[in-house]
Amino acid sequence: MALEIRDIHKRFGPVRASDGVTFTVDEGSLHGILGENGAGKSTLMKILSGFYEADSGAVVLDGEVLRLRSPADAIDAGIGMLHQDPLVFLPFTVLDNFALGSPGSVRLDRSAAEAELKRVSGELGFEFDPERLVRDLTVGERQQLSITRLLWLGARVLIFDEPTTGISASQRIQLFDTLRTLAAGGMIVLFVSHKLEEVEALCDSVTVIRRGKVVYEAEMPVTSETLVEKMFGNVFVEEERTAVPLGDVMLRIEGATLSEGTTRIEGLDLEVARSEVVGLAGLEGSGQRTLLRACAGLVQPESGSFTVDGVDLTHASYREHLAAGVHYLPAGRLEEGLVQGISIAEHLVLASDEKAFFVDWKAADTRAGAEIDEYSIKGRPSSVAEELSGGNQQRLLLAMIPDEVRLLLLEHPTRGLDVESTAFVWARLLERREHGTATVFASADLDELLNYSDRIIVFFAGSVFAIRNAAEIDGEELGYLIGGKVRT
Amino acid sequence: MEATFNSIIAAAAPLIIATMGETITEKSGVINMSLEGSLRLSAMTAFAIAFWVGNALVGFAAAAAVGAAIAAIIAFSSIRLKLNQIAVGFVLTLLAIELASFLGDSFVGERGPRVPPLPIPFLSDIPFVGKVFFDHDLVVYFSYVAIFATWWYFYRTRPGLNLQGIGERPEAAFARGIPVNMLRFWYTVLGGAMVGIAGAAYSLDVKLGWRETLTLNLGWIALAIVIFGGWHPLRVAFGAYLFGALQVLAFQLQNVFPGVAQVLPIAPFPLMILALVFVYSDWFRRIGDRFPKMRNLLGSEAPAAMGTVFERE
Repeated sequence: MALEIRDIHKRFGPVRASDGVTFTVDEGSLHGILGENGAGKSTLMKILSGFYEADSGAVVLDGEVLRLRSPADAIDAGIGMLHQDPLVFLPFTVLDNFALGSPGSVRLDRSAAEAELKRVSGELGFEFDPERLVRDLTVGERQQLSITRLLWLGARVLIFDEPTTGISASQRIQLFDTLRTLAAGGMIVLFVSHKLEEVEALCDSVTVIRRGKVVYEAEMPVTSETLVEKMFGNVFVEEERTAVPLGDVMLRIEGATLSEGTTRIEGLDLEVARSEVVGLAGLEGSGQRTLLRACAGLVQPESGSFTVDGVDLTHASYREHLAAGVHYLPAGRLEEGLVQGISIAEHLVLASDEKAFFVDWKAADTRAGAEIDEYSIKGRPSSVAEELSGGNQQRLLLAMIPDEVRLLLLEHPTRGLDVESTAFVWARLLERREHGTATVFASADLDELLNYSDRIIVFFAGSVFAIRNAAEIDGEELGYLIGGKVRT
Repeated sequence: MEATFNSIIAAAAPLIIATMGETITEKSGVINMSLEGSLRLSAMTAFAIAFWVGNALVGFAAAAAVGAAIAAIIAFSSIRLKLNQIAVGFVLTLLAIELASFLGDSFVGERGPRVPPLPIPFLSDIPFVGKVFFDHDLVVYFSYVAIFATWWYFYRTRPGLNLQGIGERPEAAFARGIPVNMLRFWYTVLGGAMVGIAGAAYSLDVKLGWRETLTLNLGWIALAIVIFGGWHPLRVAFGAYLFGALQVLAFQLQNVFPGVAQVLPIAPFPLMILALVFVYSDWFRRIGDRFPKMRNLLGSEAPAAMGTVFERE
């Protein structure tokens, strides 16, 4: 038995999420699918599990071309997928979660289902209380329940999409043991990850995907250098960086413990100087966003302290942060940054600290015209936010930043922007350094991090993994650090 | 005393049928907001058709078709056209109310066929219980069946568990191979048909004849009772009987307190609001926490995906 993926194409609008993916996985193998965020791994796996329909291409299992038009087809063919966030029903019991969607008679025989649950989970070495609510299980236990269920339904191919997100270290060890046992028993196990060390520790073979294409296939072991290079591409250009002398401490974080959703940062100490630019690197969800939001007053720290320019802002509200000269630009420009349906002029009025009850629209239009010129925004004062391109939306957001800012927090400041807009945005941001503004930004773009930061802080799994001077490292090393490895 | 309980059971029967239908629809993730209009238009249709044909059963069938058709519009517009279910439901309510007034005008004051009484032999001879529960007609017996069948389907069958799944987390149900949108469509139509039957029960059984105010506000109260019932068939049924009891009590008290006779018929509505406040109170929640075996019955959790649109991509 072998799983063959032949020339799979899938587009979402203009984005080619899968662009001619072809590879083969043999029986009994634990195969890693490696790629950075947005490389197209998840899309491909959702096609395999019938969640999405491919635009073209074929999936062949055991010599048979599969028709995968829905998850029902995939389950019938023996392909089961464990989603990153296990697709379970939180208010239902373990037993009902196990039985939901299973084939059988109209009357649901819960005691028979319970016996099956006991049998299959026993074979895997898992233990469940059938009457417990799934809401009360850990993410790891929810995964175990999903695995038990898929095997019970006769899965021959099991896909694990980023299964180590949100589970504890001991659960991870148990999960890896389970995966090895399953593969040794003759199943095909696909392990999708962006974590180098996990793929290296676990997999027999690996396929690297970048921008919807297979860029590399190999039997393990392969050197980490090769994998990093294949994952990120090896074009790293160093540009000249103008040095601005750093001042005294602008942002001081002492012993901060932050928690937001599944992300948790413990005991963080950090100082950012006046005029300094600090880049936050790491895979999505490693803690960068939480740190930025905490600095902006949107996440209350559980302990520790935050001071900006000597002012204690530990328990201050978002408004108090704004008053203290802290400005935050979130990644979702249209969702969090701008208001859909209102114009450039109206945005600038919203952002101004004018207190008058009536708005002087004539003056507002004049001001909007001036800002449009200064930030070369392609639009008119009356253009509404969603009409603007991504680059112009970002320029508008820049225009909305007040002049006196002490600490500027940016999340993916140039994501989705073309080269010209990127250069423009950074030129304007770096100008602010001259007035002593400290800048902290999160980015997934290695070049951006290397080119514009003074220091780079690498997050891995919710903690600060490494802090480096940007001038002293290259893209390759940064790629390693993001993957949770230190180059030896 | 027997007679009072007997009339509570009879008065609540149509409300039971309507709320069971809406519970099924909402449990699958769709909100049919049009109950006020659906009830009224189906009550009118039932009377008109039964009057013409001279047969109550045909009237019930026509009313079920009307309720199902309105529900089908809501299901189609939300599932295929991805429109807002609440908005579509409201517009259909207004449309159905106006249609019922316009089309039903000539039937006001007419006398039509009615559902014949059918005491169940032997059972109705049991003292007290027999008179209260088994000296009724087919509509009331159908309401008993509706409660039990809905409960049994939800909690004892495989398709019923899947039904709860599509209302709770459709993407997870879909990942398990369940055709979410097709099932949602048919459960909405089924629920709508039951609302239609309830409408027919008002004009052909409970209050014979057609007039505009026949089902006034009962659609809204049915929606509230489903929430009061925490989407559990037995608790929803309890809510419907409670409302029926308040109605009968208000009616009987009109003779005792003639001074406030005008106010009494509307008293059950604010009382239901108080009941809603009660089941959503912390105090009631703590009771629920104490009996984990009865969490389905005592919990007040809405199906998590209720009112949302499921798209696979």
